[in-house]
Amino acid sequence: MTDLQIKTDMSSTPTSAAHAREDKLIVRNLDFFYGESKALKNINLALATNTVTSFIGPSGCGKSTLLRILNRMYDLYPGQRAEGEVLLDGQNLLDPKLDLNLLRARVGMVFQKPTPFPMTIYENIAFGIKLYENLSKSELDGRVEHALRGAALWNEVKDKLNASGLSLSGGQQQRLCIARTVAIQPEVILFDEPCSALDPISTAKVEELIDELKEKYTIAIVTHNMQQAARVSEFTAFMYLGELVEFGPTTRLFTAPEKRQTQDYITGRFG
Amino acid sequence: MSDHTVAAYDKELAALSQNILEMGGIAEKMLIDAMDALVTMNLERAKTVVASDPRLDALQRQVEEFAILTIARRQPMAVDLREIVAAIRVSADLERVGDLAKNIAKRTQKLGEARIPRAAIGLKHMSDLALLQLKNVLDAYATRDIEKARAVWERDAELDALEDSVFRDLLTFMMEDPRNITFCTHLLFCSKNIERVGDHATNIAETIHYLVTGEQLPVERPKGATSSVSTGK
Repeated sequence: MTDLQIKTDMSSTPTSAAHAREDKLIVRNLDFFYGESKALKNINLALATNTVTSFIGPSGCGKSTLLRILNRMYDLYPGQRAEGEVLLDGQNLLDPKLDLNLLRARVGMVFQKPTPFPMTIYENIAFGIKLYENLSKSELDGRVEHALRGAALWNEVKDKLNASGLSLSGGQQQRLCIARTVAIQPEVILFDEPCSALDPISTAKVEELIDELKEKYTIAIVTHNMQQAARVSEFTAFMYLGELVEFGPTTRLFTAPEKRQTQDYITGRFG
Repeated sequence: MSDHTVAAYDKELAALSQNILEMGGIAEKMLIDAMDALVTMNLERAKTVVASDPRLDALQRQVEEFAILTIARRQPMAVDLREIVAAIRVSADLERVGDLAKNIAKRTQKLGEARIPRAAIGLKHMSDLALLQLKNVLDAYATRDIEKARAVWERDAELDALEDSVFRDLLTFMMEDPRNITFCTHLLFCSKNIERVGDHATNIAETIHYLVTGEQLPVERPKGATSSVSTGK
């Protein structure tokens, strides 16, 4: 077990992009249960460092479930359990002894609907930082500005940092949530359909942002918009009925997928 | 392959394919008629070839516009995307085949008095092979048959070899008698045109391979036996 195993999985998708890749997060033999029902079946894949990996598949295929495992979101709900291994820099995230707060500082998440806290724009960002670090006011100001710049929101909000986060438009709120995630300086960012509630211009801004964020972070994104997956990611995973059907370079998967099921899904032939 | 959830999408792709096959039929007929006009010096037939070209051009535009519309409307992926790209490429190749046939027909109208019927025999051989290649590649497109497409792709070298031999023949005729030069020069261009038709057939073969497999054929095609005469190629 098994570097070899992972390599075998990857070798089915030969690519120039795949060479010299370093894996930030490795999922091995992962099963997941909602009570009795098995939602994920023996998932094996890896997120390469500083790349974007997208997850596509019909509703209920398990892609959001998989994403939620990567920062132990499921721990909030009784009766849900994961088996197998999820290694972040070699450390198993499924270890029950793991400090979840620290994990979630390393693996941030942005949700489908913008979820700003009912507080000022400034506090939305500062809140998370203060949980983990004890900074002076000026240091904190610097971190808030840096995060807002990092989320391409600074210019739009710098004159109203004390306004409520809820007063922003949907697209701005989503970027505020991204800024909040970035502020804690995570290593991995998980996006669960981050643009499904946004108009095309806000979507373009978030996509542009994702492109910039991957310089520093390893990114996973779940999306129903296949063009979006094709635009933003280097690798794409297609899931169906809790199984990983195909995983490979995005360019390949959207032009000449290897599996019939993948082809049927991305071309709109699914029954 | 199973149908799209959106039935209209299937109809659109089928219509594209149908247009291509109609273009193929016209291009083939133009080349047959052009060669027939050349060999039998039938100027009326040459005229009909020239007259069919606008229909081919119009069809090509139609394919292109329709392909662009479909891309905008459906955001095609995978095999659908390749299907549409293939339609654009194949239609451009067939339109060029029509132009080349038209050029042969126009030259036929200008050949003048001094003719050497036997000089056209080599050209007839060339066009027979080019037409066979064209027919096979259109069949391969219609049936998505990559083996057949590959056979066309590999056979182009034969046509190149025939062209070399026609070149040498025509050169001999010209050296024998300078009055043959006008006639033979026109035939030289005609032979080049036919050779180009073969190139378009191999382009189409490459496109079919891409359409079906998602992979490109290698850049280098098998080369024919090169003659001692340099043809400047």
